[in-house]
Amino acid sequence: MSDLHTTSSGESHGSVSSYIIGFVLAVILTVLAFAVVATHSLSPSGTVLAISALALVQVLVHLHYFLHMGGGSEQRWNNICFVFTVGFVAIFIIGTLFIMNNTALHMMSR
Amino acid sequence: MLGRLSLSAIPLDVPILVGTFLGVAIVGLAVLGLITYYGKWGYLWKEWFTSVDHKRLAVMYIILALVALFRGFADAIMMRTQLALAYAGNPGYLPPHHYDQIFSAHGTIMIFFLAMAFMTGLFNFVVPLQIGARDVAFPFLNNLSFWMTAIAFILVNVSLFIGEFSQCGWLAYPPLSETQFSPGVGVDYYIWAIQLSGVGTLLTGVNFFVTIVKMRAPGMTWMKMPVFTWTAFCASILIMVSFPVLTVAVALLGLDRYFGMHFFTNDGGGNQMMYLNLIWAWGHPEVYILVIPAFGVFSEVVPAFSQKPLFGYGTMVYATCAIMILSFLVWVHHFFTMGAGPDVNAFFGIATMVISIPTGVKLFNWMFTMYKGRIQFHACMYWAVGFMVTFTIGGMTGVMMAIPGADFVLHNSLFLIAHFHNVIIGGVYFGYICGMNFWFPKVMGFKLNESWGIRAFWFWFVGFYFAFVPLYVVGFQGMTRRLNHYDNPAWHPWLLVAEVGAVLILFGIVCQLTQLYVSIRDRNLPQNRDVTGDPWNARSLEWSTSSPPPVYNFALVPHVHELDAFMHDKENGIDTRRAGGPYEAIHMPKNTAAGFLVGAFSLVLGFAAVWYIWWLAAIGLIGVIGTVIARSANKDIDFYIPAEEVARIENEHSRKLMAQAAE
Repeated sequence: MSDLHTTSSGESHGSVSSYIIGFVLAVILTVLAFAVVATHSLSPSGTVLAISALALVQVLVHLHYFLHMGGGSEQRWNNICFVFTVGFVAIFIIGTLFIMNNTALHMMSR
Repeated sequence: MLGRLSLSAIPLDVPILVGTFLGVAIVGLAVLGLITYYGKWGYLWKEWFTSVDHKRLAVMYIILALVALFRGFADAIMMRTQLALAYAGNPGYLPPHHYDQIFSAHGTIMIFFLAMAFMTGLFNFVVPLQIGARDVAFPFLNNLSFWMTAIAFILVNVSLFIGEFSQCGWLAYPPLSETQFSPGVGVDYYIWAIQLSGVGTLLTGVNFFVTIVKMRAPGMTWMKMPVFTWTAFCASILIMVSFPVLTVAVALLGLDRYFGMHFFTNDGGGNQMMYLNLIWAWGHPEVYILVIPAFGVFSEVVPAFSQKPLFGYGTMVYATCAIMILSFLVWVHHFFTMGAGPDVNAFFGIATMVISIPTGVKLFNWMFTMYKGRIQFHACMYWAVGFMVTFTIGGMTGVMMAIPGADFVLHNSLFLIAHFHNVIIGGVYFGYICGMNFWFPKVMGFKLNESWGIRAFWFWFVGFYFAFVPLYVVGFQGMTRRLNHYDNPAWHPWLLVAEVGAVLILFGIVCQLTQLYVSIRDRNLPQNRDVTGDPWNARSLEWSTSSPPPVYNFALVPHVHELDAFMHDKENGIDTRRAGGPYEAIHMPKNTAAGFLVGAFSLVLGFAAVWYIWWLAAIGLIGVIGTVIARSANKDIDFYIPAEEVARIENEHSRKLMAQAAE
């Protein structure tokens, strides 16, 4: 209990340098996304593609540096939980779109 | 200064409420007076209210659940009596304004404060002991969860005497629950009670998930884990996945009411159908959160009283996991009539019917466990067999309503009410009471009286059929739910029968209270004491320690070799306790007042926000945040039980065991 920054199983919660790297990467990715939109340097469809790709990388950076997910064997539970969460959220969102879209068509509520 | 609160909020003109208030006040003052007279406040505070011991919290959860049962049942029998009377010219004794609050409070209390609290109590008591752990992963959060649940229940009951409760049913469907149609404080009480108790439930889910993943005894691989722990694990996952959806749905309703937003209103682009979609994406997993642990209880009880291992452990685990996943794929069956087309309804209808397959697997597993077993018809087995019969009927009516075409006829009728009481009473309640009878000696060190337990069972069992089979019938005849008055002569006799059923259930509850009283009175009789810690010759680790277990549960963490770890050890002559040591000092969490304080400040916050008393709400919120910060900064949160103390407690238990063996 002397060091509150480790879990009871001794797993690392990251170091100062890993947080800084993550932060800098996140800032760069955010600025890039804004820059692409603000400067109109790409075609509209290219802009959508570019910011989508940047968003995906952003998600991965957050998962790695802030949620401490990785490929190591001690990370297995983190990864399983993440996949499970994404699965449930996907069921919920896709299901909701399916239901509400279909209902809107039949009820002419839109 | 006091927002919307004034003296007119106190319902002095409703004699039922004034009488109830006087009753509660007299009983409450008597209890407080007795505690003061015997000087037990310090004891209660130090040993119970601030305790982070999962066993103490379990007892407090179950006491809370039983109090909620009385409140919820009082509502139920009032509704049945109203419907037995309110026929043709007779308006009954409950005006619609009051009656609507009663059915809303009945549903809210029974689900959130009876069933959820009872389930959490069983988790708390059984799971750490079954996996050979010394406590849960986050003992302080456990205490906090309890207090959030308790104060939310207090908030619901405050609404009885100050203001009013929601009149919009247990799920507060908009647009009825919007300010336009419900301008009073009732829905606000509902919103704050649900949100505050939701914090506690979500933390419980996280706590038990981590406990089961991280704190199993050495050797206990996943497929050597007892089935009750498996069900607790699946229920915890469902809590973590679904409760945030409830929080968001109710929060959006709150934004509509407090800030004039338009998520679910009739105008301004609101869409109340989205509320149904959100609330049932929580609501359907919720009923599985309740019933899956009940399945776990039966999976422990049936093998113990059949003196056989559980039939089909692997299929039981896979069936539980399958039900867990499927429960998240069926929520539309609660609103087939909302207007979606046949493709949506067919998909969710079929998904619903598929759930009956893993559930059927479980029923056959329990029956095959009993087959050729040496069955002891203990009170627990009465509840278990009663469950198998009753739940099967409830499951079949569920499959009937999963047919969208049939649901268009049965939706919102009393047939639906009969169905879900059939599965909630016959499944969840029978299961939890079965578990209470089973684990009571482990909790308290003495057995529950069996004769009164069997009497309670028969009253509940017969009372259930008398109360709810008539509702199936009148449901078929077209009687809708939540009616305050009717003039169809065909319904009247059935509703009189249902009233008889409610009275029989009342006798069942009286028998349960008598059972508790008689058991406590006779606790020192030698046949009632549980000296060995294993009164049923049961199979899992919780029975290897003393009854009640020492504060640290296991002096030496047990090693698991097989499924049914304790039975394996007994059959192979292994001493699971490893009595005699050598013992080591045991690291334990310290008790803390932080959970109680966060709860108390949250109660202030909730009450003040209901009545728009903003300065008081600010005090509550600052109190919550301040307590959390102070608790986070406190590093004096643990201590060690010295090895000599452990040895003293363990040797004491060994001496009692030997004295028992010598007799």
